[in-house]
Amino acid sequence: MDGSEVRDWRAEGKANGIPAPIAMLAELTHRCPLSCPYCSNPVELAQKSLELDTSDWVRVFQQAAELGVLQLHLSGGEPAARRDLVDLVKAARDAGLYTNLITSGIGLTERRLQELDMAGLDHIQLSLQGTDADMADRIGGYKGGFQRKMQVAAWIKDIGFPLTLNAVVHRQNLHQLPRAIEMALEMNARRIEVAIVQFHGWAMSNRDALMPTKEQAQEASRVVAEARDRLKGQLVLDYVPADYHADYPKRCMGGWGTTGLNVAPDGEVLPCHAAQTIKSLKFDNVRNKSLSEIWYRGSAFNAYRGDDWMQEPCRSCDRKKLDFGGCRCQAMALAGDPNATDPVCVKSPLHAELQKRAVAFSHHDNAELTYRQQPPA
Amino acid sequence: MTDGLSPDVIPVIPRGVRLHWDHVREKWVLLAPERAVALDPIGHAIMTEIDGARSFGTITTALADKYGAPHEQVAADAGEFLRGLMNRRILEVA
Repeated sequence: MDGSEVRDWRAEGKANGIPAPIAMLAELTHRCPLSCPYCSNPVELAQKSLELDTSDWVRVFQQAAELGVLQLHLSGGEPAARRDLVDLVKAARDAGLYTNLITSGIGLTERRLQELDMAGLDHIQLSLQGTDADMADRIGGYKGGFQRKMQVAAWIKDIGFPLTLNAVVHRQNLHQLPRAIEMALEMNARRIEVAIVQFHGWAMSNRDALMPTKEQAQEASRVVAEARDRLKGQLVLDYVPADYHADYPKRCMGGWGTTGLNVAPDGEVLPCHAAQTIKSLKFDNVRNKSLSEIWYRGSAFNAYRGDDWMQEPCRSCDRKKLDFGGCRCQAMALAGDPNATDPVCVKSPLHAELQKRAVAFSHHDNAELTYRQQPPA
Repeated sequence: MTDGLSPDVIPVIPRGVRLHWDHVREKWVLLAPERAVALDPIGHAIMTEIDGARSFGTITTALADKYGAPHEQVAADAGEFLRGLMNRRILEVA
């Protein structure tokens, strides 16, 4: 790509108040040995034969760096399922990107981790499905996964990679949260991300089985606050609180089309990982457009920038610059209208009903898990 | 001093944290796990003095000389800045 073209897009974007993105999530594949019932991948998974190849990704990384992306998150699916992972990390570092690997650990050998180290991988985010094999293997739907993950964590510690432990918690494993925090310390992790399951993608089919009770959600907030205080300077805790039980919605991606972008395995560029649930949006593909053109000009990115799209009560709300009306995908899923107020918001006409449903979901004690499936070959 | 740093400690930029010139926003940033911290010229001046060998006291003396600022003020400001990074696990001390 011609560098002057990028500068033109950027100047035009600046004139229209569009900042350059800071972060890019590269979903290298939707393939994964695990089948977590809360997977954030879309329900319609991209098949292997349509995945971008190595040279496509290298080009995308270079375009991302030119566009202003600083942080690259290599994710999936399981990114270790890509045979070219080491080459992709090297290309990302060569492009000047801070390179983070988001992994379950399955598929990483000691040798492969050493190769990733040599390639310049900056940071690893290791997922945790539970704090013992019974829980973790049942939630991940993969027998033996926990033991392998613990081995990978030991190799990560030996090599000295900076580590974030990513504990996804829900009704079935929230009681394990204090142990997860201890495990982060044992692994020498600098950070733990405690994420209560958000209901998008596959998790929407598992609200009965995974919705935390209101009491659990409050207890999680208390455990996190106590640990933050006790472990100050030792372990950083990032926290994604329970969603349906709250009175105000989460900031949509820090602002739709302002901070980050996702590239799906087949090259479609999305404002967030759930954006394909909004069927009225049209997505561009890195196979035939530059990332800059897609970011600044793409219709999906411009759909919810600013506040022209907002309805009441968002439009006149003094919180609209705080949370941007909440999550567009959640408005789509729960209100049937992507322009509506996120029903989590206390000002939404649907809020009271949603809170009642959340309580009902959280008391379906015998609900079965619906596992994520594999993409078609 | 609870919020500052003792002159004897040696600040160390840990693995996974690096200074980076952001050519798009035209400023220095500190890249760290899940974080990009924009640095003002003072923050950048402090970070570039950290070499993993010199003590915090030596660093603040050098900064005070270089910028003709009162040493006590430099030590207080730099200490607060670096303590903030330590609390976020972006800086370590030896």
